[in-house]
Amino acid sequence: MSSPPNVAVFVTCLVDLFRPSVGFATVKLLEDAGCSVHVPIAQTCCGQPAWNSGDRKDTREIAEAVINAFESFDYVVAPSGSCAGMLKKHYPEVFAGDEEWQGRVTAFAAKVYELTEFLADVMKIIKFDYAVKADVTYHDACAGLRELGISRQPRALLDALIGIKRTELKDCETCCGFGGTFSVKYSEISNSIVSTKVENINASSAKMLLSGDLGCLLNMAGKLGRDGSTVEVRHVAEVLAGMIDSPPIGDRKQPRRDKIS
Amino acid sequence: MEIRSHKFRQNAADALANEQLQNALAHVRSKFIQKRAKAVNNLKAFDTLRDNATAIKNHTLENLDVYLEIFEEKVIAQGGQVHWAATAQEARGQVLDICRRVPAKTVTKGKSMISEEIELNEFLEQNDITPVETDLGEYIIQLRGEHPSHIIAPAVHVNMDQVRDDFRKHHTHLPEDRVLEEPKSLLLEARGILRERFLKADVGITGANFLVAETGTSVIVTNEGNGDLTQTLPRVHIVLASLEKVVPTLEDMSQILRVLARSATGQEMSVYTTLSSGPKRPDDVDGPEEFHVILLDNGRSSMLGTEFQDMLRCIRCGACMNHCPVYHAVGGHAYGWVYPGPMGAVLSPSLAGVDKTGHLPNASTFCGRCESVCPMHIPLPKMMRHWREREFEQHLSPPSNRRNLKLWAWFAVRPGWYRLMTRFSHLGLRILSGWSGSIRWLPFARGWTRHRNMPGPERQTFMQAWQRHLVERRKS
Repeated sequence: MSSPPNVAVFVTCLVDLFRPSVGFATVKLLEDAGCSVHVPIAQTCCGQPAWNSGDRKDTREIAEAVINAFESFDYVVAPSGSCAGMLKKHYPEVFAGDEEWQGRVTAFAAKVYELTEFLADVMKIIKFDYAVKADVTYHDACAGLRELGISRQPRALLDALIGIKRTELKDCETCCGFGGTFSVKYSEISNSIVSTKVENINASSAKMLLSGDLGCLLNMAGKLGRDGSTVEVRHVAEVLAGMIDSPPIGDRKQPRRDKIS
Repeated sequence: MEIRSHKFRQNAADALANEQLQNALAHVRSKFIQKRAKAVNNLKAFDTLRDNATAIKNHTLENLDVYLEIFEEKVIAQGGQVHWAATAQEARGQVLDICRRVPAKTVTKGKSMISEEIELNEFLEQNDITPVETDLGEYIIQLRGEHPSHIIAPAVHVNMDQVRDDFRKHHTHLPEDRVLEEPKSLLLEARGILRERFLKADVGITGANFLVAETGTSVIVTNEGNGDLTQTLPRVHIVLASLEKVVPTLEDMSQILRVLARSATGQEMSVYTTLSSGPKRPDDVDGPEEFHVILLDNGRSSMLGTEFQDMLRCIRCGACMNHCPVYHAVGGHAYGWVYPGPMGAVLSPSLAGVDKTGHLPNASTFCGRCESVCPMHIPLPKMMRHWREREFEQHLSPPSNRRNLKLWAWFAVRPGWYRLMTRFSHLGLRILSGWSGSIRWLPFARGWTRHRNMPGPERQTFMQAWQRHLVERRKS
């Protein structure tokens, strides 16, 4: 048998600051899948705040640092379609026209995957040897869906997990209104968009909302929390890893769920 | 039209508080999306056609001067006239010259966004010429003294009760006790009034969806047939078109037509596709005696060869705004100028100046749905980002944002310092959350916490917890 692939986890700045559980779930899923998992200490952020603010110079510096820290691994995996999309789709644009970096950035981008995409398409995970009891629905975070084409993978993985009842969310492909700094700069509009999203979440029969991007999850959990909704919010990795004992996003007073196995 | 894009925030707040508008927008959110999806799913070749349409426009834009000159030659050979207008002011002047020579008292108009762009109606009125909009939606908003809020559904922000009130207020020659309960009765009333206007008009002005170079043909697509009456009944027909409407051949036009209506309204074809090639010939039963084409530049040629050239592929189907969460939330008027939605967020800064319209490319979540439905594969989010880059380079973005960004970026390339900063941020957030799971007030992101909670962070940052985890792992 060939040696396990060396996988570097790009934790993402939001998971680092708000929700380490997602990082640990990511590590567990990758280790269970047979990967040799590494967390490069030199990582900070993918640079999207600068890139989307039109600041090319700072984006470039951050991108160089990320590539330096991660390019020696076989794969780079992030529990976020947005950050993986930045590394995979936007970094080549950041270095466009720079012959010196062209080869490096192309090779780097080819190694980058979003977590569920990596598990389903590269590691070919089709079953789990544990069960998780949860009644879930899935929101397609925009960058993962439209930049990386992720839609089938998280659903297939959830459906492979015994104990999961999954229903489709109405307008699951519509933006939640997060948009990074948009949510603060144009907060009234962001609020209107997330309000529509929350109506659809509440109208679904699911008791737990999942998605693959923490930014979107913070937004939706924050709105559900302010409205007093009882729907729990979690990153899809937490459920896939069977790590749903910690309180859900945005609420530490929710009753703990039972884990059956 | 006065540019109000710099007041986008206020415009948006007003729109969000307008209950009637919000009800109207719910319609855009559901109907347009469903209809397009159905039409696209019914045509297997749709993606191939999109690629073809994109390639046709790319080729045309690379050779724009050549095809425009061929178009001009063909129009002249058929007895028509072509007028080149570098600016809105020049185009208005050319329309007025033609109208004065006729001389025209009233002009009928087919739907034209170029007419909005050059503010033609106001200008004609100032010169004692009465413009009459003949597209039903345009007619309604003309009565209301408004501008279109959508490029293909100009009155999408208006509901039926409002139309009924407007008709009663303006159509005072009709019996006051007439019944106007059904959409059909409103339609028939408008039709009756417009028929009279069509017959009285001295000049008809239409836009153009395409200008076909090989035949010197201008093409419009409509669903009401008003365009045909506008251009065939009056003695003079003026086509108002921007440069990038040209396509090389009829075959090219038909390729693009197949994606246009499907993307716009979900129809396979619009009800009417009308081709006009020059004035009435001796054997023709009808048609105008004079045929003029005004070719407007107004900033477009300066987009060629720049990162905004792809925007000139736009065929004005409206799919981007029909699928845009921001447009769904605030509607078209909030954008503050002629072109709303994602296509407006890219085009308006090009035509009206990014200094005046800087909000528009920023007011996007970059969800990417516009690009995913655009029949011409226009990378709209990418071009909005290019505008943000221009704003950043020109120091047009707010100084406080720039300072915060620079400070954050300083930390982001120094992992050690970054760790320290996140630990302080983490502690701050923990304190603000009262060591609970959520934060109700954030000093630097009050916009967020005005409407929703900010979930509180877990006990440690990931990097702290991971280091501890590694130490424990080594011990065991």
